[in-house]
Amino acid sequence: MMLEAKGVVKRFDGADVLKGIDLTVEKGDVVAILGPSGSGKTTFLRCLNFLERADGGELIFDGEKFDLHAATKRDIARVRQKTAFVFQNYNLFLNKTVLQNVTLGLTVGAKMKKQQARDIAVAALERVGMGGKLDSYPAQLSGGQQQRVAIARGLAQSPEIIYFDEPTSALDPELIGEVLAVMRQLADDGMTMLVVTHEMDFARNVSSKVLFMEGGYVIETAPAREFFEHPKEARSQAFIQSILNSRQ
Amino acid sequence: MNERLWNILLESFPRLLEYGVKVTLPLTAVSFILALVIAVIVALIQYADVKVLRQICRFYIWIVRGTPLLVQLYLVFYGLPSAGIKLDAYMSAVLVFGFNEGAYMAETMRGALESVSTGQVEAGYCVRLNYLQIMIHVVLPQAFRTAFPALSNSLISMLKGTSMAATITVMEMFRQAQVINGRVYESLGLYSEVALIYLAFCTLLTWLQRKGEKKLASYGGTVK
Repeated sequence: MMLEAKGVVKRFDGADVLKGIDLTVEKGDVVAILGPSGSGKTTFLRCLNFLERADGGELIFDGEKFDLHAATKRDIARVRQKTAFVFQNYNLFLNKTVLQNVTLGLTVGAKMKKQQARDIAVAALERVGMGGKLDSYPAQLSGGQQQRVAIARGLAQSPEIIYFDEPTSALDPELIGEVLAVMRQLADDGMTMLVVTHEMDFARNVSSKVLFMEGGYVIETAPAREFFEHPKEARSQAFIQSILNSRQ
Repeated sequence: MNERLWNILLESFPRLLEYGVKVTLPLTAVSFILALVIAVIVALIQYADVKVLRQICRFYIWIVRGTPLLVQLYLVFYGLPSAGIKLDAYMSAVLVFGFNEGAYMAETMRGALESVSTGQVEAGYCVRLNYLQIMIHVVLPQAFRTAFPALSNSLISMLKGTSMAATITVMEMFRQAQVINGRVYESLGLYSEVALIYLAFCTLLTWLQRKGEKKLASYGGTVK
């Protein structure tokens, strides 16, 4: 087992957003985190990378234990050494070119030589089909292109797992496909991914596992195929049904 | 215009310009750099919410913005020697102009820093940068871009404000005009002349500001 989260709890202003979330991820897993809006999916993902400080819970990463509430700066740095995070609204560095967005973490953060960082960055950008836009600034790109650069920025860090926080939710419908295609390619290449998403086709066809959340609880965890074809819980069934209905 | 006045203006012009270029502009430049350093430090302390220092910064801004520049000049140059602190006129002017405009620019910078989206900082952490690295490479450059027009305003305002150094005996451009006028009594002509030189300097700065803004706009779009 590569990553395990246990009993993740988070409160915002006295409201319980996460009420004890458990999750295990094996190497190569693509886990889709599904659930209605406000179910705590994004908060859970952010807690795993310490973008939010959980009020309780434990993270076991490669056999090493971290307290999600009381982790030190050093702990946090150790966890982030192994992860990459892709945001809903990309969060590319607006004052940097595409290439600089990808190299910044390598040259400044990891003190890598410029040429080496550039080689890694170019390879990552080519992998997401953005090798031709090295010198563009984020504001000159479409949302889909920005998100692909953001994915390359994550890839360049050689993470063990990539967290995706609703990576296509901010995109115009016609741009969603290009980002999903990149993600599908990564999945096929064996990248371990944890994806908060509303894209049911992606969850069904690409992910290996589904974590279904509602109201701060995990309702059901199951292999993706099983979840969609034979959901065990009544609320999972209702959720799948509501999505099928909304498509008609 | 009579010939006497014309000759006075012609003769005084190179002298005024010389003091403008040799004193007013350097005085402005040095004071502005001091103000900028103060502004960035004070803004960063508030942005990062450093406990006690933050209170000191608010106190500094409160004092400086709540008292007149002219009074501050008098206090430092004529007042402090009684407390055993003797500064020459030029040094007094630099310190007062720097600390005075620095307080306003600190507020400009703080606003600009706060306008940089938190997502930029989060993304920085996620590519394994530390706080300082994120500030230097991501947040400050974006904040400077946002603050650039307001900072340019401060610079222009400071350039004109250096004329007040005349009141504490700094021999700058306006003081020079006063001295010449003391000899020839042509207030309207001489003060108009010095006003025009200030106007020319400010026009030059405005032009530079526009060039700077164009350059900064090169990374396209608007900063969110």
